[in-house]
Amino acid sequence: MMIAVVALTRTRNLFAVVVLFGLYSFLTATVMVALDAVDVAMTEAAIGAGFSTVLLLGALHLCKSEEEKPAHKPWLPLAVTIGTGLVLVYGTWDLPPFSDATAPIHTHVAPRYLADGPRVTGVPNVVTTILASYRGFDTLGETVVVFTAGIGVIALLGRRRYVRRGKQ
Amino acid sequence: MNFFSHYDYWVMLFLAMSGLFIVIARGNLIKKLVGLAILQTSVYLLYLTPGKIVGATAPIVDASFTVYSNPLPQVLILTAIVVGVATLALGLALVVRIREEYDSIEEDEILRLDLDPADDKREAKP
Repeated sequence: MMIAVVALTRTRNLFAVVVLFGLYSFLTATVMVALDAVDVAMTEAAIGAGFSTVLLLGALHLCKSEEEKPAHKPWLPLAVTIGTGLVLVYGTWDLPPFSDATAPIHTHVAPRYLADGPRVTGVPNVVTTILASYRGFDTLGETVVVFTAGIGVIALLGRRRYVRRGKQ
Repeated sequence: MNFFSHYDYWVMLFLAMSGLFIVIARGNLIKKLVGLAILQTSVYLLYLTPGKIVGATAPIVDASFTVYSNPLPQVLILTAIVVGVATLALGLALVVRIREEYDSIEEDEILRLDLDPADDKREAKP
């Protein structure tokens, strides 16, 4: 996964960048299966690797597919990112270690969802239970965001066809 | 506390910083969006890794299992993935519009055209 990202940073052919990004998304989905997040992995494989790649390829079809050589050396951005990264690595020392069952994340609401969720809603998949029942308003908000984005895309790209028709 | 207990965070941070680097250093707008998507994916991993317990199973309740991974981050990330693809679509639509207006998706070139409109070939046409 890290190799794919490094290759992606160095490649200037945008088609190769998009294909590498699809590969990276699939690898991320595999990691998510290993992290027991099967629903998320399925969504990532379908949306991240499939739909995003299609979107990027569609945009690439409408644009040039070669990136220009950067005009200046990337030393300043490199320094900024490495500096930020080091600060964040310093911050990870205060986080609980991997797979620590006594970490706060496992002791507050999650046990209740796991114990009561299936009994209250009758759905054995707890992820579905929380998504549709306990946090249903979240999902409603998500739908609103997707709807707004769709309106935005139509407003941006639909205008073009309107203008072209006006010229004819 | 040993070296590998925080290894997962460092992989995630490496991915996040690569995404940030692409967003800052590369001038091509499509590549910037790909960098932003990588940054987003690293945040998904940041949420998912603390929820995992070694030896646990996916949070689908069954009589033969007792230990489950935390389902709450997975729900939040499901929402985040869909919102992420919506923002990506909107960004790409903006890039396509910019390409029509400036005939370029390189940031440097767009800035130059903005500073010196006489350079713009489309402006010269009546």
